[in-house]
Amino acid sequence: MVDTPRLTREDVAHVAGLARLHLSDEELDLFTGQLAVVLDHAADVALLDLADVPPTAHAMAVINVLRPDIPGQTVDREEVLAAAPSVEDHRFRVPRILGEAP
Amino acid sequence: MTDGWVMVIGLEVHCELKTTTKLFCGCPNMFGNEPNTNVCPVCLGLPGSLPVLNQKAVEMAMAIGTALNCEIRPSTFHRKNYFYPDQAKDYQISQYDEPINVDGWLELPDGFRVGIERAHMEEDTGKTTHAGVTGRIHGADYSLVDYNRSGVPLVEIVSCPDLRTSAQARAYVTELRSVLVATGASDGKMEEGSMRVDANVSVRRSADDPFGTRCEIKNLNSVRSVGRAIDYEAGRQIALIESGEQIMQQTRHWDEDASRTVMLRSKEDAYDYRYFLEPDLVPLVPDSDWKEAVADALGMMPAQRRARLADLLRDAGNVTDARTEQVATVVDLGLDDLVVEAIAGGIPTALALARTANEAAADPEAARQLDPGSFVTLLSMEAAGTLSSTQAKTVLAELLAAGGGDPSAIAREKGFEAMSDNLLSVTVAHAIEGNPDEWARYCAGEDKLAQVFIGQVMKSTRGQANGKAVVAELQRLRG
Amino acid sequence: MTPPRSALGLAAAIRNGEASAVEVLDDYLAAIDAHDGEIHAFNLVTRDAARAQATIVDQLVASGGDPGLLAGVPVALKDNLCTRGVPTTCSSRILDGWRPPYDATVVTRLGEAGAVMVGKTNMDEFAMGSSTENSAFGPTRNPHDTSRVPGGSSGGSAAAVAVGFAPVALGTDTGGSIRQPAALCGVVGMKPTYGTVSRYGLVAFASSLDQIGPLTTTVADAALVFDVIGGHDPADSTCLDRPAPRVLSALDEGIQGMTVGVLTEFLEGADADVVARTRQAAEACAAAGARLEEISVPEVRLGLSAYYLIAPAEASSNLARYDGVRFGLRVDAEDTMAMNTATRSAGFGAEVKRRIMLGTYALSAGYMDAYYSQALRVRTKIIEGFERAYRRCDVLLGPTTPSTAFPIGAKVGDPMTMYLSDVCTIPSNLAGHPAISIPFGRGDDGLPVGVQLLAPALAESTLLRAAAVIEAAAVIEAAASTGGGRT
Ligand SMILES: [Mg+2]
Ligand SMILES: [Zn+2]
Repeated sequence: MVDTPRLTREDVAHVAGLARLHLSDEELDLFTGQLAVVLDHAADVALLDLADVPPTAHAMAVINVLRPDIPGQTVDREEVLAAAPSVEDHRFRVPRILGEAP
Repeated sequence: MTDGWVMVIGLEVHCELKTTTKLFCGCPNMFGNEPNTNVCPVCLGLPGSLPVLNQKAVEMAMAIGTALNCEIRPSTFHRKNYFYPDQAKDYQISQYDEPINVDGWLELPDGFRVGIERAHMEEDTGKTTHAGVTGRIHGADYSLVDYNRSGVPLVEIVSCPDLRTSAQARAYVTELRSVLVATGASDGKMEEGSMRVDANVSVRRSADDPFGTRCEIKNLNSVRSVGRAIDYEAGRQIALIESGEQIMQQTRHWDEDASRTVMLRSKEDAYDYRYFLEPDLVPLVPDSDWKEAVADALGMMPAQRRARLADLLRDAGNVTDARTEQVATVVDLGLDDLVVEAIAGGIPTALALARTANEAAADPEAARQLDPGSFVTLLSMEAAGTLSSTQAKTVLAELLAAGGGDPSAIAREKGFEAMSDNLLSVTVAHAIEGNPDEWARYCAGEDKLAQVFIGQVMKSTRGQANGKAVVAELQRLRG
Repeated sequence: MTPPRSALGLAAAIRNGEASAVEVLDDYLAAIDAHDGEIHAFNLVTRDAARAQATIVDQLVASGGDPGLLAGVPVALKDNLCTRGVPTTCSSRILDGWRPPYDATVVTRLGEAGAVMVGKTNMDEFAMGSSTENSAFGPTRNPHDTSRVPGGSSGGSAAAVAVGFAPVALGTDTGGSIRQPAALCGVVGMKPTYGTVSRYGLVAFASSLDQIGPLTTTVADAALVFDVIGGHDPADSTCLDRPAPRVLSALDEGIQGMTVGVLTEFLEGADADVVARTRQAAEACAAAGARLEEISVPEVRLGLSAYYLIAPAEASSNLARYDGVRFGLRVDAEDTMAMNTATRSAGFGAEVKRRIMLGTYALSAGYMDAYYSQALRVRTKIIEGFERAYRRCDVLLGPTTPSTAFPIGAKVGDPMTMYLSDVCTIPSNLAGHPAISIPFGRGDDGLPVGVQLLAPALAESTLLRAAAVIEAAAVIEAAASTGGGRT
C-alpha cells in the first residue's frame, strides 16, 4: 500500500517544466484542480495491496522480435529537411543550447 | 598520487557496434557520410515510426558479454526520457533494470581482475555542431544537428569501482579496447568516437576508509585523457578535502585544452528520466543454443593470445621484460597470429616476435593483411644469413607497402644478393689490417671486439654484409 | 445523400463491372461537398488522389485484372494515420501542414486491396478525448443530431460512415476511440486484438493500448476490412507473427451452443434505455441458440483509474518528440529549451497538456510506484478477471457507452466526467482483447445505442459471428419500430 499525496500547484509547475510546457497562472490553477480530481479517482488503484501481483506492460506475451542486419530504405535528405522548421548546411538548425546533454 | 591518499575509480565505456545497420532501423551505420543522409522515419523520431531490434547488434552485445565473462540474461528495453535536440524522440531507448550482460570481469595484462557490473545495449544520439568562433556549446549563437549517428548501436560497459590508480584505469581501457576489437564488435577507433569513456572518481585517506563522494567525468576520448583527467580530478578532490571542504557529487566535463575538469551539473540538478518499459519493443530472451552459438563463434581473447605467445617464448627459453612488452604490442595490434605462424614455420621465436612488434607494427593495418607465407619466407632468408637484418627490414617494409609479394624477388630487385664468401673474406681481411691492436686482443680472447670488425665491414659494404657471417670469418681466421 | 451501401456490395459490383469506381467515388464526394460543411468529418478531402486511385481500379477491371478485396471502395482515414506526402495532423496545431515521408502499413494494405482513400478525418487532438471536441480545427457534429458530439476520438471517421461520406473508415482505439463514437453515431466499430493490425505509421498516443480498426455500416464490412489490414508486419515489433486473419468467411456460422455472458459491471452505471437495449441484444443471442449467463468481473471497475495512469504515462513520452526541431510547428525563442517550451505550449491543446502532465507526474521520481507501477499491476488483475469469465463464456456482452450522444460542450469543463464515458470500453484495451460495438436500436432520445461484444485475445471470429447475430436482430428491430432519429 502506498500513500497518495495530494497534488499541489508546485507539483504541477514542476511537472510542466519536465514536460517543457509553459502554464499561465490561470492554467496552473485550472490544471491543478482538474488533475487532482483525476488522481483522487486513481486513489482506488494506488491504495490496493498488489505487492504479489506482477505488472503487465505488454498485453501480449511476445519475445525476441528481431530483424536481420540488412540495409533498408533511407529517406531522401531533401524530403526530410523540407519538413524542418529551420535548416542550414543540410542540418537541422536550433537556437543556442544552454547545457550539455545529461 | 598525494601521500597516503587512495583513489577509487569506476569506468563507463560506450562502445559503438560495427553493425551494417542501426540498432532499430535499416539505415547504414556509417561514420563520415554527408549529414542527414543515413536517416529514416525511425531514427529521425518521426510520428508513427516504430523500432525493430537488430539481431546482429544483439549478437555483438552477447559476444562482448561472453568475452567479459558476464552472465547473459533475459533483458528488456526502457525509455530514458529527456529533452535534447540530438535525441530524435526526446527519449533514449536503453536497457535499464534488466540489462543483457551482468556480473563479469576483465583481467588486465598484470593479472588484476576488474569487475564488470553490466554491459547493456542502447542507441546513440545524433551529432550537434555549434556555430560560432569557438565551435563549442558555450558562446555558440546556434547549433546544427545531424542525425546520421542517431540510433547507432552502443554497448555501455560499466565497471565495478575496482580501479585504484590512473595507470590501472588506462590499462583497463587499453585492454577493454583490445577485447572489443577481438570480439569483432568494435573497430576500437577512439579518435572517431567509437569508444567514449566516463570516469567516476573519488578519493579517501586510506584503503580502509569508506568510499568518498564521487564525481563523474564525461568526454574522455583517448586513453591519455582518461589518465590525465583522473589524476587532475583526484588532485582537485584531495586539495578540497585538505582545505577542509566537502566533495559535492557532480558531473564534470574534461576540458582537454585547459587540462582540467569543469562542473556540468550538481547532484541537485540530476535529471528525472522517468524510465519506463519501452512499449514498442518486446523482451529479449536468449536461449542456451543462441548463447552457445555466439560463444562458439568468438575467437581467442587478448589474454589467451598473450598466454599463447608467452608459452612459446618460455619453450624457447626467451622470457624477458622486453619480450613481454613485445607480446603485449603484437596482441594489442592483432598481429599475434603472424608471430605464431612464423614460429610454426621454423623461424626463431625472438626474431619472429621482434620483426612483428618492431617493423610490422609500424603499419598494423597492412601487417594484418600480410600473407603469413611470405613473412615466413622473408624471415627464413634473414635467419639463414641470405639477407642482413637491414635488408630484411627493407624488404618487409616493401611487402607491407605493396600489400604482399615474393620476398626473394623484392630482394633481387633491391640488389640484395648475398655477398660472395670471397668478397666477405677480402673485406674482413681489410678490416683486420686496419685494426692490428684490436685483432691481437680479439685473438687473445676478447670476443666483444668482434663488434669493431663487424662495424668496419658494415661500413665498407653499406650494410650489405651479414653480421653472423663476419663473426664466422673472424673465428675462422683466429683459428 | 448517398444511401448507405456496404463495402462488400460495392467491391463486388465494381469488380464485376456493374459499377465504376470513379462514379462511386463521385457519389461520395458529392455527399461530402453537400454536407461536410455542417458535419466537419474531414480535416482534408484528397479528391484528386482519390480519383487517380479510382481510375486505376476501373482500368484494372477493364483489363481483366484483380483490383482486390476492396476494389474501388472509398475509405476515410483518421488523421493520425501517416499518408505519404499528404498532411497528417492528428487534429493538432503542432503538426499542422506536416507531410509524412511514408505511408502507414494499413494505408499501404488498403491501397493494395484496391481501396480509394478519400481523405483524413477529424479527431480529438492526438486521439485524446471522447467527443472530437478536442480538435484544433473545430468539433465534428453527430449526423443524427448536429447539436451533439459524435463521440471520439475517431468522431470524424464515425460521422463520415454514419452520414454516408464513405462506406468504410479507419479509426484507432486506445480506450474506446473506435467503439464509443461508433455507438454514438450508429455504426459498427471494431477494435481488434492488440498486435493483429500493424501500428507502423499510426501516430502513437499510448503504444501498449493503441490499435487500428474499422468503422463500417455492417459487421461483414468490419470483417472484410480486418481481413485486409490485419496480419504480420515486420515493421512493428508488437505485431503478432501470425497469418493474415480470415474472419469474413466464418461470419455466418451462428452462435448455436455458445455462452454469452452479460457483464454486470457494464450495466451498473448505464442509463435505463441503454440497459434495455443491451438486454434485448442478449435475448437475440439466446434466440439464436446461445446460452445466457450473468457474469461479474469486478476488476474491470479499476480499469478507468489504471487507464488514466498508463495511457497518459506512455503519451507523455510519445509526445516528447514534438519539440520544434525536425518537423511541424516551431515557435522561435532565445535558446533551444525555451523554443521547445514555446512550441509545445502553443502547439498542444488543453486536453493534450493535461494528459502529458498527468503522465509525466505518474512516471516522475517519487510517484512512479504509487501510480504507474501500481496501474500495471491492476492491468494484470483485469486480465485475470477476464480469463476467469472466459473459462465460462465465449463472449461477453454489455453496452458500449453508458448513455447516448451528449450535447456539444456538455462535458468540456469537466475532464473526469468526460473520461467516464470510456468506462465500458477501456478494459478491452488494457487486456489487449478484441471488442466490437454494434448499433442496436435507439435510446429514449431517439439517438443510436451501441451494444458491445468482448472476446478473448485472437477470438475475432467468434466475436464477429456473435456480432452478426446481434446485427440481424437489430435490423429486424429497427424495421419493426417506427420513428426516432433523423436519418
Ligand atoms: Mg548510457
Ligand atoms: Zn533510420
